Amino acid sequence: MKFTLHIWRQENATAKGSFQTYEIDNISPDCSFLEMLDQLNEKLVNDRIAHPVCFDNDCREGICGMCGLYINGRPHGNDDGVTTCQLHMRHFNDGDEIWIEPWRAKPFPVIRDLVVNRTAFDKIIQAGGYISATTGGVPDANSILIPKHKADQAMDAAECIGCGACVAACKNASAMLFVGAKVSHLALLPQGKPEAADRVYKMVCKMDELGFGACTNTYACEAECPKQIKRQNIARLNRQWIGSLFGRDRKK
Amino acid sequence: MILDSKIPEGPLSQKWTSYKAAQKLVNPANKRKLDIIVVGTGLAGASAAASLGALGFNVDIFCIQDSPRRAHSIAAQGGINAAKNYQNDGDSVERLFRDTIKGGDYRAREANVYRLAEVSGNIIDQCVAQGVPFARDYSGLLDNRSFGGAQVSRTFYARGQTGQQLLLGAYGALSREIARGTVKLHERCEMMELVVVDGRARGIIARNLVTGELERYAAHAVVLATGGYGNVYYLSTNAMNSNGSAAWICHRHGAAFANPCYVQIHPTCIPVHGDYQSKLTLMSESLRNDGRIWVPKKKEDAEAIRAGRLNPRDIAEADRDYYLERRYPAFGNLVPRDVASRAAKERCDAGYGVGPTGLAVFLDFASAIERLGRDTISQRYGNLFQMYQKIVDVDPYENPMMIYPAVHYTMGGLWVDYELQTTIPGLFAAGEANFSDHGANRLGASALMQGLADGYFVLPYTLQNCLADQIYVGKIKAEGPEFDEAEQAVRNRLDSLLSISGNAEGQTYSVDHYHKALGKVMWEYCGMARSKESLATAASEVARLEADFYQHVYIPGKATEMNPELEKAYRLADYFELARLIVADATQREESCGGHFRIEHQTEDGETLRDDENFMFVAAWEYQGHDVPEVMHREELNYEHIKIVKRNYK
Repeated sequence: MKFTLHIWRQENATAKGSFQTYEIDNISPDCSFLEMLDQLNEKLVNDRIAHPVCFDNDCREGICGMCGLYINGRPHGNDDGVTTCQLHMRHFNDGDEIWIEPWRAKPFPVIRDLVVNRTAFDKIIQAGGYISATTGGVPDANSILIPKHKADQAMDAAECIGCGACVAACKNASAMLFVGAKVSHLALLPQGKPEAADRVYKMVCKMDELGFGACTNTYACEAECPKQIKRQNIARLNRQWIGSLFGRDRKK
Repeated sequence: MILDSKIPEGPLSQKWTSYKAAQKLVNPANKRKLDIIVVGTGLAGASAAASLGALGFNVDIFCIQDSPRRAHSIAAQGGINAAKNYQNDGDSVERLFRDTIKGGDYRAREANVYRLAEVSGNIIDQCVAQGVPFARDYSGLLDNRSFGGAQVSRTFYARGQTGQQLLLGAYGALSREIARGTVKLHERCEMMELVVVDGRARGIIARNLVTGELERYAAHAVVLATGGYGNVYYLSTNAMNSNGSAAWICHRHGAAFANPCYVQIHPTCIPVHGDYQSKLTLMSESLRNDGRIWVPKKKEDAEAIRAGRLNPRDIAEADRDYYLERRYPAFGNLVPRDVASRAAKERCDAGYGVGPTGLAVFLDFASAIERLGRDTISQRYGNLFQMYQKIVDVDPYENPMMIYPAVHYTMGGLWVDYELQTTIPGLFAAGEANFSDHGANRLGASALMQGLADGYFVLPYTLQNCLADQIYVGKIKAEGPEFDEAEQAVRNRLDSLLSISGNAEGQTYSVDHYHKALGKVMWEYCGMARSKESLATAASEVARLEADFYQHVYIPGKATEMNPELEKAYRLADYFELARLIVADATQREESCGGHFRIEHQTEDGETLRDDENFMFVAAWEYQGHDVPEVMHREELNYEHIKIVKRNYK
C-alpha cells in the first residue's frame, strides 16, 4: 500500500512546529500503524532526509498506554477500541492521505514531534488516586468479600491505560473520564470506601489546578477510549464529588 | 570472585524466619538519613520503592518511559501464583516450592524458592488491600485458574490484564509515597553508568531522555529492577524499550551475570508474519486452560491448509493430532512452557505446521465453546480474543487461533545472594533482572509473584540488614573523581557511537538493521534448539555483525536532544556483548535443562537430558573487558530438602 503522510514536526517544546509531507510505499496491510512509521523512519535515516519522527511507544500490544497519535482527526485513528499500536493499515485505503498530530491539550505540552508530556496524569493520581495500604499488616485476601458484579464493575473502570485519548478527544481537554475511571474503580470496592470522599475531592482539585477543562457531556471521550471506559464513570465521579462536599473530613 | 550465597542455617522452612529474627534493623530516625536509588518502575521496582519509602528511607526512582505505569509488567496477562489453597485442592507452600523447583528443572536455589512460596500469600493480601480487582466468584470470594506445570488452581487473575492491575496497585502505592515526599520520581531518565566508590555502589549517572543531559545521583545503595534482556532476539514479547543495558553496565563494573543462556521461549504467541514486524504478541498461557493445541495428523492436510485449500474446521477429529495430550497425558495442554514450545517446534519441523509459513500450530476453543458457551469463554478471555482478532484479522470464536513460540522471559540475570545483593556491595537486583528463583525455566504466573515478592517482602528486610552500618557514613555526595570519571565515560561512549557514521566508508545502515540481523542469528543458532555447531556459528556471526556495526551504523542527531535512534544504538552495543555471553554460556552447558536445549543431550523421545553430576551449578560470569572472554565461576547447587528426579510431565 502507498500513503501520503502529513506529520507534525516540532524540534522541541519551545520551537514552532509545522506539518511536513512524506510519501511511503510498499506497506503491508497487516502492518500496524507504528510499524508503518518505523518504516518511514528507516527511510528517513537511510536516505538522510530528516531526523526520524519521534513518537512515544512501548509495549505495542495495547496495554501500556504510551502510544497515542491523533490520526485524521481522531485519537488512535479510525478503528474502535484500539490504541495506535493496534491500529492496522488494513483500515486505510491504498493511496490515502493521512494527517498525524500529537495530542492537542494544554496540560499535555509537546516535547518533540508527536511526543507529549503527560505527567499531569501522574500528578492527579498522586493527589489521591490510590488506597493507602502500607506494605504488610493487611487482612487475609478472602476476609474481604466483594459481590462479583461490583468487582466486575470496578475492573471495567480499572482497565483505563492512562493514554490521554479522552483528553485529546475532548473540546474542553477534560480529564473527567480518566479521573472518573480511577474514582469509580476504588469507590466501588469496600477497601476504597474509607478514603473515598477525600480522594475524589483532592483528585478533582488537582485536575482543575493542572488546567484540564470541565465536562460538557459530549462524550467524545467515551467514543474514542481505546479501552471503552464508560461515561457512567463520569456520572459516578460527579455523585462522589457532591458527596465529598458534605462527607469529607475538613480538618485534613 | 567469591560467590557467597549467604543462605541462612537451619531447616528450609525456618530459614527466612530465622533470618528476619536475627537481621539488623535501622531505627526510624536513621532511615531518613539513608538514600536509596531504585532503577525501574515495574512490579519489582515500584513495589520496592513504595515499601522502602513507607519505611522512611529516601528513595529516588527512575523510569525510561513518561510514567511509572508504563513498565512492561503491565503487559502480563494471565495471573499470579500464590499458595493460598483457597480451592482446597491440595496446594501448600511446600507444593508451590516443589512445583517451582521442578519447573525450573532443578537449577534454582532451594532457599530462595522456598522463601518465594512462603511470601506468595502475603502478596495477594497486599494487592487486595490496595484494591486490585481480582476475579471473584458469585459468593464474593477470590477465583483461581490453573497454569502450566501445576496440578492445582493457584493462579489469581484480573481478566487477561493481571499484570496491569498489579502494576497499577504498585503504582498507586508508589504515587502515595511520591506525594508524601519519601520517593522522588525521575521519568524519561535512563541509567547510563554505575558509580562505584571504594568497591561499593554509590550512585548512577542518568541521561535525561528529553534533553540528553547527563545527571548525577548518589545514594547509600542502588537497586536494579530493570527487567530482562529478551530483546537481544529483536523479536520478542518484550516492549520496544525493554533493554538489558542497566544490568550489563553493572556487569561491566564487576557484578556477576548468572545463567545468561536460560531464555524462556513462550509457546503461545502470534506467529511472525513479515520483515517489518517490530514485536511479537503473546497470547496468555491461561488460554491453555480451555484451548486445545493440535496440528493435522496427515502431512497432506497440513500442506492443504498452508496453501489455503482446506479449512481447519473441516478436518475430522480423528485426523487431528493433539500432540501435547498425546505425549503428556498427565499434564496435557498444561505442560510447562519449554516443553510446549519444543513440542510445537518438533511438529512444525516434521512438516505438520500450519499457517502461510508452516511455522504455526492451532490453539482451538471449539470444544470449550461447545461445553461452556461463548459467553463464558468471552468472560474469561474476551480481551485476548479481541487482541488476536485486531492483529490477525481472524475471528478466534469461529476459527482456531494460530500460535508459535517466541522469546518471552529471561531466567538468567545478575547473580544475587539470598539478600538479593549482587557481587558489588550495595548493589541489589530484583525481579526479572536477577537470576534467582526460576532455575532453567520459569512457570507461568510466577514472574509477577517473584517481582512483587522481591519488592514488597524481601528487599525491605534485606536492605535494612545491609544498610545498618551505613548510618555512620553520612550523606553521599554526587561528586569526586569516581563521579567525574563515570560521567566522562558516558560522554565518550555516546560521542564514539555518534562519530561512526562520519568516518564510515561506503554504505551505512540503521541501528534497527543491525538489531534485526542480531536477532535472527540468535533465534536461528541460539534459540529453541542449540548444538555445538550452531553455537559456533552464532559466535562468529555475532562477532561479524558487531564489527560491522562499529564501522557502518548511522545514528542521526546529537547526544544533547531527544534522540531515540541514539538510545537504540547504545542499547544494541550492549546487546552485542550480552549475545556473546549467552552463546558462551550455552556452549559451556553441555546438557539440556529447562529452556536450554542442546540437541546433543536429549532422551530417545526428545526430552531434555540433564547432567546433574557435572552441571548442577549456577554459572556466574565475570566481565574481563570488551574483547576478552569472560571468566566463569560456579555456585554449586545443594539440594538438601528436595529429592532430585527426572522432570516428567507424562
